[in-house]
Amino acid sequence: MSASSQIPVKLVLLGEAAVGKSSLVLRFVSNDFQENKEPTIGAAFLTQRCTIGDKTIKFEIWDTAGQERFANLAHLYYRNAQAALVVYDVTKAASFIKARHWMKELKEQSTKNIVVALIGNKFDLILDEETGEEIEGARKVSVEEGKNLAEEEGAVFFETSAKTAYNVNEVFMYIGEKLIENLAKAQPEDNQPQTQTNRIDLTAAPQQNINDNGCAC
Amino acid sequence: MDEEYDIIVLGTGLTECILSGIFSIEGKKVLHIDRQDYYGGESASLNLTQLYKKFKPKKEYEDQFGKDRDWCVDLIPKFLMSNGELTNILVHTDVTRYMEFKQISGSFVYRSGKIAKVPATQMEAISSPLMGFFEKRRMKSFLEFIANYNDNEPSTHHGINLDLNTMDEIYYKYGLERGTKDFIGHAMALHPNDDYLNQPARDTYNRIMLYVSSVARYGKSPYIYPLYGLGELPQGFARLSAIYGGTFMLDTPIDEILKDENNKFIGVKTKEGIAKAPIVIADPTYFPEKVKATGQKVIRAMCILDHPIPNTNDADSAQIIIPQNQVNRKNDIYIAVLSSAHNVCSKGYYLAIISTIIETDKPHLELESAFKIIGQTKDVLMGIAELYEPLNDGTNDKFFISKSYDPSSHFESTTDDVKDIYKRVTGHDLVLKQRKTADEEAELAGLS
Repeated sequence: MSASSQIPVKLVLLGEAAVGKSSLVLRFVSNDFQENKEPTIGAAFLTQRCTIGDKTIKFEIWDTAGQERFANLAHLYYRNAQAALVVYDVTKAASFIKARHWMKELKEQSTKNIVVALIGNKFDLILDEETGEEIEGARKVSVEEGKNLAEEEGAVFFETSAKTAYNVNEVFMYIGEKLIENLAKAQPEDNQPQTQTNRIDLTAAPQQNINDNGCAC
Repeated sequence: MDEEYDIIVLGTGLTECILSGIFSIEGKKVLHIDRQDYYGGESASLNLTQLYKKFKPKKEYEDQFGKDRDWCVDLIPKFLMSNGELTNILVHTDVTRYMEFKQISGSFVYRSGKIAKVPATQMEAISSPLMGFFEKRRMKSFLEFIANYNDNEPSTHHGINLDLNTMDEIYYKYGLERGTKDFIGHAMALHPNDDYLNQPARDTYNRIMLYVSSVARYGKSPYIYPLYGLGELPQGFARLSAIYGGTFMLDTPIDEILKDENNKFIGVKTKEGIAKAPIVIADPTYFPEKVKATGQKVIRAMCILDHPIPNTNDADSAQIIIPQNQVNRKNDIYIAVLSSAHNVCSKGYYLAIISTIIETDKPHLELESAFKIIGQTKDVLMGIAELYEPLNDGTNDKFFISKSYDPSSHFESTTDDVKDIYKRVTGHDLVLKQRKTADEEAELAGLS
């Protein structure tokens, strides 16, 4: 692989509704934040390039499109995902319980070398705007709880704020570095687990030469 | 969750999911419910634990054929024609973004006790072992006629009118033998029986053209197949629907169907509460009182093998068609062959799914010729399915019911049903619009 080529990486988002999954992506992809964002509808497949050293990673980010609300996510969602963000809201204990569920689900459904980050989002909500100190009682999930869960599941742990951009780029940079590290370690056959023969691109223009007038006489 | 929707869809089979996706793109508010906790309904792909539970409830799967999660066995075996309508819908809706496709390596037909590649081009006709020396020449002329035929150029018609002349008359004109007719009609035009012989040739011509142009698109066979099985298709369209605002509720049985005083549909009651909509689309299992049996029953045998199919040049995947006449039947027998190359089974294993319409009261014996072709099996799971169709078109009571998946080898009848239901619901034909690409969508959302 040449140094300039892009490494495509499928990254899936998991977490309870309204923990800020889309907001994290919006911050990462366009350095933007929308207060009172509506639940995700529409463009739920975003890409962002990220340069790490001499390599460029192209994140293909899959949002849940709200499918997690009343249904299990389709297997298709996890299929070949190389990275995952499991997100909870540091001010909502229930969202952390859900995060624990998603971590387990990931283990069952995903490929074995997936890079997982456990994210406690909405860090801004527990800080006093004046003093920058944590407001007592605002935090419902402790740093230790987050760290422990991440450790149990072999994930990395971050607390973030999509609103203030705190730690958001760091999450993606960490994942990018980890992936490059894994790629370097991996045996060539691990890299390409499936055979590439016969793969086709349906969107390529069809050939029109259905008359083969080759002479076989 | 007492809420109002434009359309409620029951069952996450392929037909229902395509419609759910299309209506969501059009801006309709769709609620999509399935009583089961997985996507796909009757057209799901199951792992071996699920499969044994369904077809051999007394015998639990015990990892004898490798890891359970490596297996995705299609309940309805079909392939996509690479130039067919489902491919067209996948490309237009950009659902191809969510999955990967691979070619099926070979298309074979049974003639006089042997199988051989279906000759789709004039070159292949000349080298095909299916025909004798003179018959090859006749087949070549026939294919030449098909390839060159142009409605606007009478000189290419050779005196044939596709809308008046029957297919049998065309065969007669080219002097083709009965066995050759069998593989043209059944392995290329993919007719399930011989009714087409006495009908105008236009439909058969279109079907042969679909076959030939599909072969030309990628080369090895006219068929393509999604990695991880056909169950990926409903999941892909479900994701499309969700992205455009569709709400999905799985593992949710319907407690009650709500109707008005004229028996028109008004909503459903589930554990989540009441959801209302003026229209319901559903698969036949949700409304047994609103469908009738077509009289046809399909037998499907899912065979686990540890070797490729003999005489296929060790193909990792294949479609094998046994034309009815060749084995004294009224309906063709289809064998869909897949392997780990398409990520549907453990390495070293092959999956052959045999299907046909039952003609006797000993259906398993009807598959004997197919079992001979595939060779030794490690295990066989068999199921028989009755085919259903809606009693009426739903325009009065607003219950729009899909048909059961037929035993045909491809999805053309499924997409016909999708278009038919779309028209019954909306009153106009389905016109596919090209969906924006991922980059264009990101740009629209102000994200690029």
